[in-house]
Amino acid sequence: MPCRYPYVTGTSMLGITYKDGVLLASDTLGAYGSTKRYKSFERIRKVNDVCVLGASGELSDFQYIMRLLEELSDDDFCMDDGHHLKPAEVHSYLCRVLYNRRNKFDPLWNSLVVGGFYAGQPFLGTVGMIGTNYTDVHLATGFGNHLARPLMREKHRPDMSEEEATELMRECLKVCYYRDKNSINKFQMAKVSAEGVTISEPFALETDWKYKLFENPAANAAGAW
Amino acid sequence: MAAALPVRASVPAAGQAVKQHATWSPYDDNGGTVVAVAGDDYCVVAASTRMSTGYSILTRNKSKILQLNPKCVIASAGMQADQETLHKVLHSRHVTYQFNHRKPMACPAMAQLLSNTLYYKRFFPYYTFNLCAGLDDEGRGAVYTYDAIGSYERVGYGCQGNGKELVQPVLDNQLKAASPLALPPQQWLSSLPLEQAVDLVKGAFVSAGERDIYTGDDVEILIITKDCIKTDRLELKRD
Repeated sequence: MPCRYPYVTGTSMLGITYKDGVLLASDTLGAYGSTKRYKSFERIRKVNDVCVLGASGELSDFQYIMRLLEELSDDDFCMDDGHHLKPAEVHSYLCRVLYNRRNKFDPLWNSLVVGGFYAGQPFLGTVGMIGTNYTDVHLATGFGNHLARPLMREKHRPDMSEEEATELMRECLKVCYYRDKNSINKFQMAKVSAEGVTISEPFALETDWKYKLFENPAANAAGAW
Repeated sequence: MAAALPVRASVPAAGQAVKQHATWSPYDDNGGTVVAVAGDDYCVVAASTRMSTGYSILTRNKSKILQLNPKCVIASAGMQADQETLHKVLHSRHVTYQFNHRKPMACPAMAQLLSNTLYYKRFFPYYTFNLCAGLDDEGRGAVYTYDAIGSYERVGYGCQGNGKELVQPVLDNQLKAASPLALPPQQWLSSLPLEQAVDLVKGAFVSAGERDIYTGDDVEILIITKDCIKTDRLELKRD
């Protein structure tokens, strides 16, 4: 029976470009429904030296997709001609794979984010489970499109420095953590630049729950619970 | 096929709860409006660049127009994934045609090919609303308008997509086209000068952007004449 629903899922994946690269970031939770089932699942993986892939949605489907990409990378390695898939090609490939599976009514239940840096240009693209795809200077999947994207639209510039971009990303992650109940305070951030791919060790962010409105959320909503 | 269709959440009868989980549909409406106006020796094609889903804007800059050759373009609103696939299919068919015939495909031929391509998927349609526009063999402006499964006709001007209810009446009013029902058949080509036609299209988009949440951000405008395709860009409100 092909028409399914997701079991173990990851929440938002965020991505922004900056002056000389791209950043991807997300938490490391694999949730089983609303159970925090896997707390150290790395949802951002390296594809090759110029490209990373981040996933939200069904995590087993993500592992299957990574296997497809590893087979392609292995082929590139065996050819031994120095060529490898460019970020735009990885993105285009994934768009076709996901669209093809939706045509079979057997979707891969993911929203993917491809980040890369090639020929001096940052690349940032996303594709959803029915093949809907686009590239932009900043993007976010799932809840992130509601929570983080407005912040990005306000503060992002394509010529940001790495420090500014990192700071913006941490702010977005924090907002997502405050408002998305299916998230945890354990994040990873990936950077792709001319120096190659680096994916950070998991880290936590300083949070503050002592805001007045957190203590009494109904203060400005008389008659609410 | 019917068994594979997505199951929609239903209202539970009193006393029994239905287990709810995410449902799935192979279709999504990413919005957008496309407009084309044919003149005696030109064709103006325009498409908004906003891409949405539900109440969210996904990106503000996604082109909906495929430029096949200097005499023929295709503009599509609807679902982005189907639109991209349709454009890839038509592009590849056009490349093959050029290898076989050593010339670019004429606009009326491409119009028929688009119809066939849409009807080929009659029972799992591309969720796209298309215009094929350009210059015909005599150099006159040509616009073809379609439904999602390939029914099409040649018109003097056309629009498709989310803003069509707002734009079509304006074009009907301003271009004073003869009724297609009138006998004897009358000339339906716009005799407007090119500049006025471009202004009309721009005005229509600005108006549609006021009320339609799926039309906004930018408008990509192609002006097709016998010499070249000129591109223009109009900024709309980003709200």
